[in-house]
Amino acid sequence: MTEPLLHVTGLTTELGDPTRPARVVDGLTLDIRPGETFALLGESGCGKSMTALSLMRLLPPSGRITAGSVQLGGTELLSLTEAEMRQVRGGRMAMIFQEPQTSLNPVLTVGTQIGEAVRLHQGETRQRLGAERAVELLRAVGIPDPEQRLNEYPHQLSGGMKQRVMIAMALAGDPRLLIADEPTTALDVTIQAQVLRLLKAVQSANGLAVLLITHDLGVVAETAERLAVMYAGQIVETAPVAEFFAQPLHPYSRHLLESLPDAGKRGRRLAVIPGRVPPLDTPFQGCRFVERCPAAIKRCRLEAPEWRAFSDERGVRCHLAELDAAGVSSRPVSDRTDSPTPEPLSPTSDPNSPPSDTPTETAQVPLLTMRGLQVHFPIHQGVLRRVVGHVRAVDGISLDLYAGRTLALVGESGCGKTTAGKGLLQLVPPTGGSVRYRGQELIGLSHRRLRPFRKDLQIVFQDPFASMNPRMLVGDILGEGLQALRLAPKRAERMRRVAELLELVGLDPESADRYPHEFSGGQRQRLCIARALAVEPRILVCDEPTSALDVSVQAQILNLLKDLQERLGLAYLFITHDLSVVSYLAHEVAVMYLGRVVEHGRVADVLDDPRHPYTRALLSAVPVVDPEQRRQIIRLEGDMPSPRHPPSGCHFHPRCPEAIEVCRHHYPVETRLGSTRRVCCHCVDVGVATQTNGDSKIRS
Amino acid sequence: MPLIPVVLWTDALVFLLLAVTALFAVWAARHEHLRAPWRRVVRSRIGVATLVVLSAYAVVGLLDTVHFRLKLDRADESGEVRYAPEVLSLLDLALSGLRERQEKTYSAPFATHLHAKEALDQPDGTVIRDYPRLQHGGAHLADPERDRAWDIAWRSLIGLVQGLILWALLAAGLVWWLARRHGQPFDAVRNRILKGQTQIPWRTALGTLGLVLVLAFVIGELALKYHVLGTDKVGEDVLYQALKSIRTGLLIGTLTTLIMLPAAILLGIMAGYFRGWIDDLIQYLYTTLNSIPGVLLIAATILMLQVYMSNHADEFASLVERADLRLLFLCLILGVTSWTGLCRLLRGEALKLREIDYVQAAQALGVGHFTIIARHILPNVMHIVLITLVLDFSGLVLAEAVLSYVNIGVDPTMNSWGNMINSARLELARDPIVWWSLAAAFLFMFTLVLAANLFADVVRDAFDPRLRGV
Repeated sequence: MTEPLLHVTGLTTELGDPTRPARVVDGLTLDIRPGETFALLGESGCGKSMTALSLMRLLPPSGRITAGSVQLGGTELLSLTEAEMRQVRGGRMAMIFQEPQTSLNPVLTVGTQIGEAVRLHQGETRQRLGAERAVELLRAVGIPDPEQRLNEYPHQLSGGMKQRVMIAMALAGDPRLLIADEPTTALDVTIQAQVLRLLKAVQSANGLAVLLITHDLGVVAETAERLAVMYAGQIVETAPVAEFFAQPLHPYSRHLLESLPDAGKRGRRLAVIPGRVPPLDTPFQGCRFVERCPAAIKRCRLEAPEWRAFSDERGVRCHLAELDAAGVSSRPVSDRTDSPTPEPLSPTSDPNSPPSDTPTETAQVPLLTMRGLQVHFPIHQGVLRRVVGHVRAVDGISLDLYAGRTLALVGESGCGKTTAGKGLLQLVPPTGGSVRYRGQELIGLSHRRLRPFRKDLQIVFQDPFASMNPRMLVGDILGEGLQALRLAPKRAERMRRVAELLELVGLDPESADRYPHEFSGGQRQRLCIARALAVEPRILVCDEPTSALDVSVQAQILNLLKDLQERLGLAYLFITHDLSVVSYLAHEVAVMYLGRVVEHGRVADVLDDPRHPYTRALLSAVPVVDPEQRRQIIRLEGDMPSPRHPPSGCHFHPRCPEAIEVCRHHYPVETRLGSTRRVCCHCVDVGVATQTNGDSKIRS
Repeated sequence: MPLIPVVLWTDALVFLLLAVTALFAVWAARHEHLRAPWRRVVRSRIGVATLVVLSAYAVVGLLDTVHFRLKLDRADESGEVRYAPEVLSLLDLALSGLRERQEKTYSAPFATHLHAKEALDQPDGTVIRDYPRLQHGGAHLADPERDRAWDIAWRSLIGLVQGLILWALLAAGLVWWLARRHGQPFDAVRNRILKGQTQIPWRTALGTLGLVLVLAFVIGELALKYHVLGTDKVGEDVLYQALKSIRTGLLIGTLTTLIMLPAAILLGIMAGYFRGWIDDLIQYLYTTLNSIPGVLLIAATILMLQVYMSNHADEFASLVERADLRLLFLCLILGVTSWTGLCRLLRGEALKLREIDYVQAAQALGVGHFTIIARHILPNVMHIVLITLVLDFSGLVLAEAVLSYVNIGVDPTMNSWGNMINSARLELARDPIVWWSLAAAFLFMFTLVLAANLFADVVRDAFDPRLRGV
């Protein structure tokens, strides 16, 4: 075995009041070898970012490292002076952060910022050499036209570009170790795929070791060689990636994997981890996971489990694993749980047999029909504030919502999917098209005339923290709609209804007398769902309801939404960018690009056999856990254009790998494939090679 | 009846302000999100210390706000009860000694002789020019040169002891009350306060209170026999003037905000929430107002009012009423010129809040616009309003002084720090210099403004969500 590049033993970091410290990192031990990618996996609040900051010695003022040692290539980092440490940071060890928007100084050009990093670490004082090196670095991270870019400011670059610049700056000091703290969480999937590929390329070119900190199991599976799972400040399991996904040992790891939604779990409920991560300032006696562990035995409560290494690369912190230590490789450890171990994830259901839960749509009358919905925002300029153009956020989309069924609206950020949802609810006034609810046109109704329809159309927002007034009691928040629509004008009646609602979403009825800040993210999202359900709607628009939540909490919310749909026959418009959620929950899917729907059809059809090149690229960019399911990644160059100046012809043609001449001039007409599928692509129309042109449904 | 109450316009507004404050206090006590920041305020040492100082000012100001006319001793021929023409306040009664002990002209603090030489008739019939003895200041001393220092020291000591006794009584009362509330023995509570272990820093509060009380009693004792801060040109006691000025300063600082607050809140939130032409209209309104030089507007208004008052002199029953109306107009016009800042802040905040999810959710639930404003937006901008109020207070107190200095402030007959400075400015050129009017005004104003500023800082830290947890 090669000598480790980074050797961390017993690292312990405390935050806050010394009399009652929160031990955010507790006895962390890990080795990273040169040239490998090591992933640190965990949910929010488990201490992974604090680990990174401790390694860099960049802790916030209230934080301190109380024990342990960090050796980078034989140098003990914790005993260096601050001046020496500054040489190490960005020199032998560099870091990139989650938010590329805030990591760059907006008033300095890209060239100045990279040049600064170069000068600091190469000692090249002369401007020219710095600039040359900066160009070299920008080229290395795949930024086209680097000489030009040097003089640009961060706001002129897109999110993916900024993250590339950040990587270039990190590379300026020629580091041996790169710490990437959630480098792609703020980016879209297609951009995420670009950045991850770039990281890989940079790594193999320079022989870098990468410490990848993430919560995304898919990203880990695709990029890392080894991983460590963190829970409540401790590492609970380390393993090579392939072994981990084949057979996770710790109950927490198992549950994480099981709570991932995907098509294979459609019929079932997702496994959930009850409860939440314990606060880190409590003294722990037993195992930290015991409260949430279904397999817990008495010993787990009394005695903290020791680290148990099975081999150099494999180890776990669990009493149960100790019991069957002998049979690590032969026998699954999860027999004590009633939830099944993740079965080998077969490619989604057989395309020939439609999923059993899909009734024939034609028999049903749609609850709501949307035809050619347009939301254009005028751009004002000049003293007289004349309209000089329009942002075409939503540019003519048509959808149908059926009772008891879910339509997923999928797309990258900025494609207009949220605006479409708000346009449906008339929260943003649409500028064209029609939205008919049970035959009644909603567009153009006044605030008062719209009120009877408010009861039937409701929305759940993305951010559970911003969607409840922090100054109001939960009871008043949930009862607001009942009061406003005069469904329950008396307070006593309202409170009774609120108690019912709280029970419906699985919360204690006592919660009505508390403030929103006393609840966790998942609980808040339940409250938001309860608020929407208070007025007994028929249609619920869910605007990315789980994207701000951790995987295990996401599973709880998805289960709840699925239950509610079965019991109440709700129609969902599920707006999301997460395709695994779509395949788990939705019946139909519409893929949006730049304000228009490019492909629409049943989930199984679209996800198994995408016809539009954009859908194909989107699907291929999603990181997948199971290596057998992995697709050939279709490279998408560049970013989504601005909806203010959409490209001529097909909006997708500048990025489309299959674009032909006609794409540049004419927006493709909708092609119907069978009774349920619609695709907007010239290539489908003229039958240019797609992987599945033997499909009999194509009308030529 | 020995007196008839007189309610001046500003008095009525002060009572209204007190009522509003009391209502707000009750409301805040029931809402955790408002109670928590105030709890942080009273748990800060600077917070309680400045609160004690500000309360002392407020007590003086409130005493000066209860006005009445006393019954004259003898009825007139027809047997009708008659009342004195002059309007007095409780403070005037309490300070009647100070008010009535007038000298001829200037005298220095603690002086026993006038500041100006006069021709004095000697017992032997000759006339010499010398500094005459004061009628009241140090009149009890047989030989001022010999006895004055001892007398001052002795009286200070008496005042000190009196102050300490009262302070000890109050402190014991507080400890007893705390002990009863927490169900702990008296000694334990006392020890915890002495060691500074209580959540509310009672030690600091009691210390400040002790300082204020001792100072008040020492000055009170000395003021019985001396002019502690000297006298002014017409022989009026400067300490009395400075104390009377407290009400003016406080009124300007608080009534102005009371007047501007409804406009600023309503217009600011409406502009941000409704956008469109309402936003344009309100923005043009405050941009226009902001472009008029404030001093010019104030000068024009005050001059117009002066013309009106001299043409309709018979409408005012007394000088006090006249001065009061002018003060009210000054508050009004200061309010008109100062609401734009808060309005702009609130517009920005409302712009942000209207896009936030819970407002959108309320819209989706069909909640009416004004309910949304009252329920979702107003409570969430309240911290900005409070911070602005306390920050503006000191600025307005200073503005009054400046305006009175250039003669467009309060009525010249009204006591105010600005007027004191204005009348003292010419005397700075005299030799020997007359410094005490200026110094007294400066001292009183400085203490108030410093306390208000420190308090404002504490309030801002407690209410600003971005500073929380730092």
